Amino acid sequence: MDTQEAAGVRVGLMITCINDAMFPDTGKSVVRLLRRLGVEVEFPPAQTCCGQPMVNTGYFDEAVPMVRNFVDAFAGYDYVVTPSGSCTGSARHQHQIVARRSGDPGLVRAVEEVAPRVVELSEFLVDVLGVVDVGAYFPHQVTYHPTCHSLRMLGVGDRPTRLLGAVRGLRLVELPAAEQCCGFGGTFAVKNADTSVAMGSDKARHVLDTGAEVLVAGDNSCLMHIGGILSRQRSGIRVMHLADVLASTEGDAGQTGDAGPAKTEEMLP
Amino acid sequence: MSATFVGMPAFPEAARRALENTQQRHNLAHATGTIRDKRAAVVAEVDDWEALRLAGAAIKDQTLRHLDDHLVALEAALQERGATVHWARDAEEACRIVADVARAHDVDEVVKVKSMATQEIGLNEALEAEGISAWETDLAELIVQLGDDLPSHILVPAIHRNRSEIREIFRSAMGEVGRPAPDPLSDDPADLAGAARLHLREKFLRARMAVSGANFAVAETGTLVVVESEGNGRMCLTLPEVLVSVVGIEKVVPTWQDLEVFLQLLPRSSTGERMNPYTSTWTGAVPGDGPQEVHVVLLDNGRTRALADEMGRQALRCIRCSACLNVCPVYERTGGHAYGSVYPGPIGAILNPLLKGTGVDEQTDSLPYASSLCGACFEACPVRIDIPSVLVELRGQVVDAHRGGVPKPEAVAMRGAGWVLSSSARTARSERAAAFAGRLLNRLPGGRRQGDRRVLGSIPMPGAGSAWSQARDVPVPATESFRDWWSRTDGGEDES
Ligand code: SF4
Repeated sequence: MDTQEAAGVRVGLMITCINDAMFPDTGKSVVRLLRRLGVEVEFPPAQTCCGQPMVNTGYFDEAVPMVRNFVDAFAGYDYVVTPSGSCTGSARHQHQIVARRSGDPGLVRAVEEVAPRVVELSEFLVDVLGVVDVGAYFPHQVTYHPTCHSLRMLGVGDRPTRLLGAVRGLRLVELPAAEQCCGFGGTFAVKNADTSVAMGSDKARHVLDTGAEVLVAGDNSCLMHIGGILSRQRSGIRVMHLADVLASTEGDAGQTGDAGPAKTEEMLP
Repeated sequence: MSATFVGMPAFPEAARRALENTQQRHNLAHATGTIRDKRAAVVAEVDDWEALRLAGAAIKDQTLRHLDDHLVALEAALQERGATVHWARDAEEACRIVADVARAHDVDEVVKVKSMATQEIGLNEALEAEGISAWETDLAELIVQLGDDLPSHILVPAIHRNRSEIREIFRSAMGEVGRPAPDPLSDDPADLAGAARLHLREKFLRARMAVSGANFAVAETGTLVVVESEGNGRMCLTLPEVLVSVVGIEKVVPTWQDLEVFLQLLPRSSTGERMNPYTSTWTGAVPGDGPQEVHVVLLDNGRTRALADEMGRQALRCIRCSACLNVCPVYERTGGHAYGSVYPGPIGAILNPLLKGTGVDEQTDSLPYASSLCGACFEACPVRIDIPSVLVELRGQVVDAHRGGVPKPEAVAMRGAGWVLSSSARTARSERAAAFAGRLLNRLPGGRRQGDRRVLGSIPMPGAGSAWSQARDVPVPATESFRDWWSRTDGGEDES
């Protein structure tokens, strides 16, 4: 499908609860990027959270109303696009388990309807829109961390790095032990905080070894964890969501904020 | 000399202690990294690896579906070839059977080939209570036993030790229980292996009884199979007069042909070798050759409980290759002791609760949470056990086991969050409160910022927040949620 055809496609944005409350700029980047590519996007306001924190902690019953809410909010879209590999995985794989356990056949059917059409941003760009060069400009040295759920649960493969490779001015450097988990893991980061931090510290060390200015990934939750460690270490490395990099254009280059890598130290009062 | 896992603290606490041991972390990172690379290289050589994995999983699933039939066939074939078959419901029964055999032959020491099943049932301690010494003959197992230590890996029980530590253990402990280590002793691996060989030879030649496990039990002929690297196991299987093999009931495979698949999957997954150096098979008792009395203890000890768990039963496919341990980022940091069981790592995190049941003790209930759900274990497992899905399922069972009564703070929080997040109106209201807090926090003097956002780090936070912020900064909530931005600007159309 090329960008022309994309115009007829109904796309519902799933912004995810973390992005909504903590990282709204990433949501805005997705909107800007998709519009630039000719996609009409809608934000169904009834959406809340996909229920992943509950499911992954074992609170299946508590997740049922959330799954119900999710399928209601996103019924009828051709694609549900989201800037999160892990929430895509949750909607695509875990919702079926929650629905089955709820014993409500209507919910099972609704999930079967919606789940296959939930796609992660890089999947949507590369597979649905068929674009790799999204017209972005980001003149910085960047390294990329493939988050576990996008890597293994979704199998997005090299789509994100192909997208980054086509960004003008961007220099992509390889991250050592890239495929090892950063240690976020949702409530794992709190329930097993010491192990989580040990894993995150090794990830941070590998990021530092690359000499990159910016660490990019497709999940703000993992970035919040790695970035939190990098920031505590006063490392001077910025973390950015893939969507924020892909949305950047020549026009943004002079500004701080979203477009440039603002270093932690520079921001010290 | 009998360390035990009994009374280990729950995973987070045990992990915290393990993380403080920097020497161990270094040893583990080095060892798992080395095996990981070897395994990846030899697996990549096999074109039909995925087909082999599927075949391995299918054979095991098929066998487990008719487990009773295959076990009855195995029992008949074993008896036909002169072996005595015992059935053990639990650890206590199994240990009693082995001790009875030992007493009947009036032996006060046995040699052992490394066996997870006998460690699972605490056989060494049970025999010791009866005045019978059990000597481990696998090199790594010997190191653990001499060091009065606990195994920390399925395949390399002493993986947490480096060679200079091993040298010290040999020098200080060998002499107490048999032939002392040669003096001088260097920490060169060949030197250490030589010391172990001399020490063990004495025991092999003296022992009249051996205890083994089995990697596979072939039902059609009643043949047991052990796969190993050092050949010490083969000494145990052939030299003594009496052999007792303790075998988990899930080890049965219907035919010899099934071994074709597993003998390809196992060595590549476990040691990163194309073929393991020693594959020993024994079928009953053969007059005048090898052990003249062979006993086989078929062990349940929770396996039928695991089998009854629809999602969890796939864990019984496990061929104990340890590939999941070597790729697990949690195991790599914490080591095996933190799991409080002879089955550590990802497989331990599901197998222990499946064997023991959830809601029984805190330590077992903590294991399904000892994972970030990264999925590396599923990717590596040669029999395709979907460990992450089983972990999540078991978490559900743990939560359900604690429903009713006074809810834990976590349950209250989850219920509260569930209530807020199942309605967009309630979500929007709570986000506005968070955004308000974000604006306030942004105005506080001092502190650090990342971009235009203040980060919370030095500011003490309540409950779960403090576990997060001990070593990680966290940005304050955004001053306006995406949802509010979207409705204020009509989806960004009239942003000013
Ligand atoms: S679960 Fe799979 S990878 Fe882990 S030890 Fe068992 S067979 Fe090997």
